[in-house]
Amino acid sequence: MTKKFAKEVSIAVAEAVAQCKVDVISAYPITPQTHIVEHLAELVNNGELDAEYIPVESEHAAMSACIGAAATGARTFTSTSAQGLLLMYETLFIASGMRLPIVMALVNRSVSAPISIWNDHSDVMSMRDAGWIHFFAENGQQAVDLIYHAYKVAEKTLLPVAVNIDGFILSHVVEPVTFLDQNLLDKYLPPLKIKYKLDPKNPITIGAIGVPEIYTEAKKAQDEALKASYKIILQAWKDFEKLTGRKYLPVETYQMEDAEVAIVIMGSLAENAMNAVDILRAKGKKVGVVRIRLWRPFPTKDFLKAIGKVKTLCVVDRAVSHGATGGPVGIEVRSALYQSNKRPRVLNLIAGLSGRDVTKEDFVEIFEKTFETLTKKPTTPYEIYGVKE
Amino acid sequence: MVEIRLHGRGGQGAVTSAELIAVAAISQGDYAQAFPSFGPERRGAPVQAFARIDKNPIRSREKIYEPDVILVLDPTLPKIVNITQGLKPSGIAILNSNLPEPELRKLLHNFQGKIAVVDATKIAIEELGLPITNTTMLGAFLKATGLVSLEAIEQAITARFGRLAEKNIKALKRAIDETKIY
Amino acid sequence: MPKDQGLISWKELAPGMYILEPGNSKKFKTGDWRAFRPVLDKDKCIKCGMCYILCPDICYQQDQDGFFICNLFYCKGCGICAANCPKKAITMVLEEE
Repeated sequence: MTKKFAKEVSIAVAEAVAQCKVDVISAYPITPQTHIVEHLAELVNNGELDAEYIPVESEHAAMSACIGAAATGARTFTSTSAQGLLLMYETLFIASGMRLPIVMALVNRSVSAPISIWNDHSDVMSMRDAGWIHFFAENGQQAVDLIYHAYKVAEKTLLPVAVNIDGFILSHVVEPVTFLDQNLLDKYLPPLKIKYKLDPKNPITIGAIGVPEIYTEAKKAQDEALKASYKIILQAWKDFEKLTGRKYLPVETYQMEDAEVAIVIMGSLAENAMNAVDILRAKGKKVGVVRIRLWRPFPTKDFLKAIGKVKTLCVVDRAVSHGATGGPVGIEVRSALYQSNKRPRVLNLIAGLSGRDVTKEDFVEIFEKTFETLTKKPTTPYEIYGVKE
Repeated sequence: MVEIRLHGRGGQGAVTSAELIAVAAISQGDYAQAFPSFGPERRGAPVQAFARIDKNPIRSREKIYEPDVILVLDPTLPKIVNITQGLKPSGIAILNSNLPEPELRKLLHNFQGKIAVVDATKIAIEELGLPITNTTMLGAFLKATGLVSLEAIEQAITARFGRLAEKNIKALKRAIDETKIY
Repeated sequence: MPKDQGLISWKELAPGMYILEPGNSKKFKTGDWRAFRPVLDKDKCIKCGMCYILCPDICYQQDQDGFFICNLFYCKGCGICAANCPKKAITMVLEEE
């Protein structure tokens, strides 16, 4: 049996990154991501990890350093949260547009103002359209595994990958994790070989101007690459399942076979939602949870299959999209449903902003609210759950 | 599943205690979680930390509102924090105090469950030379709950504290002997 | 409105729109941007190389006799060479003439 280690999830993530034999790490510390890069800095300093750790003056520089390093064919890593991600924003699009396989652990935190260090998904939603692949972890084991997958996928697709880890409620929890045996990982993730890279012996130009006669074609190519990444992601997960028995799917379900109503959610709060399902199933209520593991590219077909014959979906968003028709996941789900003939009712709630606990009891209440919509249409496109009036 | 809420003051090691409990539990083959009450860290301010232990994998991302066990590192805390909030009537309160049982029950708002008490501050000062009671209180925790073995917690402390482990283990063992259960 | 404005199919682009052929800017003719052409009077020229140094497009190359000759495939006709020639050996002449 594989040995279980008691690790703080941040430390486990850092050790998984080290196992992936990264060449270059560049990051700027920000709560709640700090422990990841602190631990990596320590590993490099102690000579336990043969990598270049580039301390920088800002997140903009951190991503720029990763871009430069990745362009020379290096395996790179960075990590950030909230304001740090926003300071990095400009360069996020450059990383994906230049097709650089950078991996980022995005430890999700609310965006200011008001200033907050706690968890929600307002940071990641700001980079929704930046051309990155996005995974969401629910627990420490998934956070570790998704780091392995991220490198595999990034390097096969030539696209950057963000592994989303809920700040504090996941990143700062000590829990049991197992690591993939180094020999198996080395086979799963062979050394990075990039066909086109900055090399004085074989000069190429990257980052050339995209005049109107070519920008459209460049974006089409990038978009097709992101869509095509879907199959590569599935293959990476299949290969991993063969090694470990741990199964990953773009959309995962819980008790959905005969569910009448279901919650759609991303990230670690899915665990509390599943606990609420257990409570309600014990009372004979047909409820389930749809957990979106792959956010970009959005797996529409898997999603439509996962919702089964459900009559009402309650999408629980962890971010506000100010002035929009719903939360970011709510909008995505409604758009996906429009491509289908069966369209369950959608209740869209925004919950758990800035680390506010959404307990299993809250999810029971959310399910009860969802049952009400079977007979009564929701009166607003979305609402903020648990707000004190 | 057993849910444990730790009360301490910033710097007393409540978070470390929670972690040591989880590390010990996992090393003996159980499943466990430990996490702090998230936020800015302030030395001396009342803080909480949490731990869960179960024979099965744990699936939960919320604070502990109805603990089975409370572990209170500081004798002055019961007067300023409602430490019994949500504590199950069948639960256990583990306290650092030199007070007799009736006064403890009064401090705990007439809590009728099991109380374990040890003068951890005295032991810590004598054994460690500092009033840092986290490892000492783990001795009381072991005696009161039996959830983790002495061997497992010794290993966890050794891995965490290195050369300082020996003194901490000595304080912990003294606490096991001196803890009174009511 | 023209329908087909794209220069190349998206399928033929290298990933990230990389340009894989080094130095291909040499193929880019800028000589047709020119309104005035520099003309050298070899009698006045002292071969000091000021034009060679100052040309922003590096158009000037020295010939076998030591004169600096402007490559009109690239020369945009900016006139910096003429303005800075210490012997006024370069004249800018309208392309039509």
